[in-house]
Amino acid sequence: MQKIKEKSIEAFLILCASITVFTTLGIIVILSIETFQFFREVSVFEFFTGTEWTPLFAIKKYGILPLVAGTLLTTLIAIAVALPLGLTIAVYLNEYADQRLKAVIKPLLEILAAIPTVVYGFFALTFVTPVLQKIIPSLSGFNALSAGLVMGVMIIPYVSSLSEDALSAVPKSLREAAYGMGSTRLQTAFKVMLPAASSGVIVSVILAISRAIGETMIVAVAAGQEPKFTFNPLQSIETITTYIVQVSMGDVPQNSLEFRSIFAAGITLFGLTFILNNISYWMKQKYQQKYE
Amino acid sequence: MFKDSLFKYFAIFCTSIGLIVLALLLFDIFSKGLTRIDWDFITNLPSRRPERAGILTALFGMMWIVTLTILIACPIGIAAAVYLEEYSSKNRFAKFIEINISNLAGVPSIIYGILGLEVFVRLLKLGNSVLAGSLTLSLLVLPVIIVATREAIKSVPNSLREASIGLGATPWQTIQRIVLPACFGSILTGIILAISRAVGETAPLIVVGALVYVPFVPQTPMDQFTVLPIQIFNWTSRPQHGFVVNAAAGIIILLLFVFLLNSIAIILRNRHNKRVKY
Repeated sequence: MQKIKEKSIEAFLILCASITVFTTLGIIVILSIETFQFFREVSVFEFFTGTEWTPLFAIKKYGILPLVAGTLLTTLIAIAVALPLGLTIAVYLNEYADQRLKAVIKPLLEILAAIPTVVYGFFALTFVTPVLQKIIPSLSGFNALSAGLVMGVMIIPYVSSLSEDALSAVPKSLREAAYGMGSTRLQTAFKVMLPAASSGVIVSVILAISRAIGETMIVAVAAGQEPKFTFNPLQSIETITTYIVQVSMGDVPQNSLEFRSIFAAGITLFGLTFILNNISYWMKQKYQQKYE
Repeated sequence: MFKDSLFKYFAIFCTSIGLIVLALLLFDIFSKGLTRIDWDFITNLPSRRPERAGILTALFGMMWIVTLTILIACPIGIAAAVYLEEYSSKNRFAKFIEINISNLAGVPSIIYGILGLEVFVRLLKLGNSVLAGSLTLSLLVLPVIIVATREAIKSVPNSLREASIGLGATPWQTIQRIVLPACFGSILTGIILAISRAVGETAPLIVVGALVYVPFVPQTPMDQFTVLPIQIFNWTSRPQHGFVVNAAAGIIILLLFVFLLNSIAIILRNRHNKRVKY
């Protein structure tokens, strides 16, 4: 009796663990099926090379490049903010700041990642854009620049915290050896510690990129809904995620081609982040082995 | 040495940028919205006129969503973590699940929305209901709970398990009466962080069809709903100034929840770290 109970509990636990696998499978299967349906009406070639995306207009064009360009543009701006800031903060906390300061700064910065993204969207639209418009008069009301900048601040803790963890994992002996050879702090930090922690740092950056690509509410609020094949950050653009929100909020009939286009957009988004996540997982495994 | 101190000041500058933006954001939002918050704002239904609109339905929608999400996600997440830590002997299946969970944690939340839309709203015909929204968010927070619970279980020393097994307890009895109670604090921290995530999540709920205008409080899990972030999103995208003020006021309430939850999590974590020294 006891044995049966134990076995059935174990079976239940396995089932629960399997739900995560079913989730991944579900995502892949659903996106694939709907995208397959979509591609029966739209040519794959047009989809991946077209520079116009107008599914909600009278003349419908399905070229994903404008949405991809919008996504990459905001991501690029965000990383341009988060990478230098986050990395400098990580080095500072690891090499210069004393433990007490670090114990205060790290959680404070992590607040940035806890704030709901719709709040950042509001901040970008109603505060950052008007301020930037005073400096750059040609900046449009919705633009990639302020959305990207605010998103960059949001992902600072992704870079700084994870990179700092990676720096902390470097064996003390390396640092002591560097100091022993007469290096300054700066030399130790950038020529010894950072290269030693490089894979961990790269993992943090990849995760931050993946986060920025999938970010929805900041760009949906502040970057606009105009799919344009441009890399001009002063204009209103549209990202893949914003498009999905736009269709979900509108009254597009289900099972129509316009409706299916969110799955085609979704699989593009999923593909991008899936590749990045796998690279980072693979790198993490490799780098953990190195020092254990 | 000059370069050294130059870098130090540059680094302090970088660190303060993050904190200054945080301060600016809070200041901006409080200065725009604080005066708008009164009892009417909390108890009024949504309205076409900004000065009469309130967040009652959004608040109740949020309570419904969060409660159901936690009821669904906690048992599953803890069970999955127990399996991965205590039963699977690092076999291939466990390894596969581990890769899978780390992958899921990185899937954009809006993709979960698409999954929920297809599976819960259309396939299971739950419609744009509280239940469909909660099921979707459950899948979203599951990796958070699993990872936190696994870390918690790992921290329980093996001697406790060995003592329990040595006294003749079965593996499940050991887990249920020894391991889980020993690390309950850390698991709770993970759960609270998952709640905080669910409170602020907007995109997946928009995709599963949470409404923008709901003139009633949801009574059953099958009712339609809206949540606070969606209400804020809607107000933000309207042109009238009155709605911007409403959005800021809504954000203050939302941030109160998020900060409260995160502080509880931090306090719990610190207390737990102090108390348990094996």
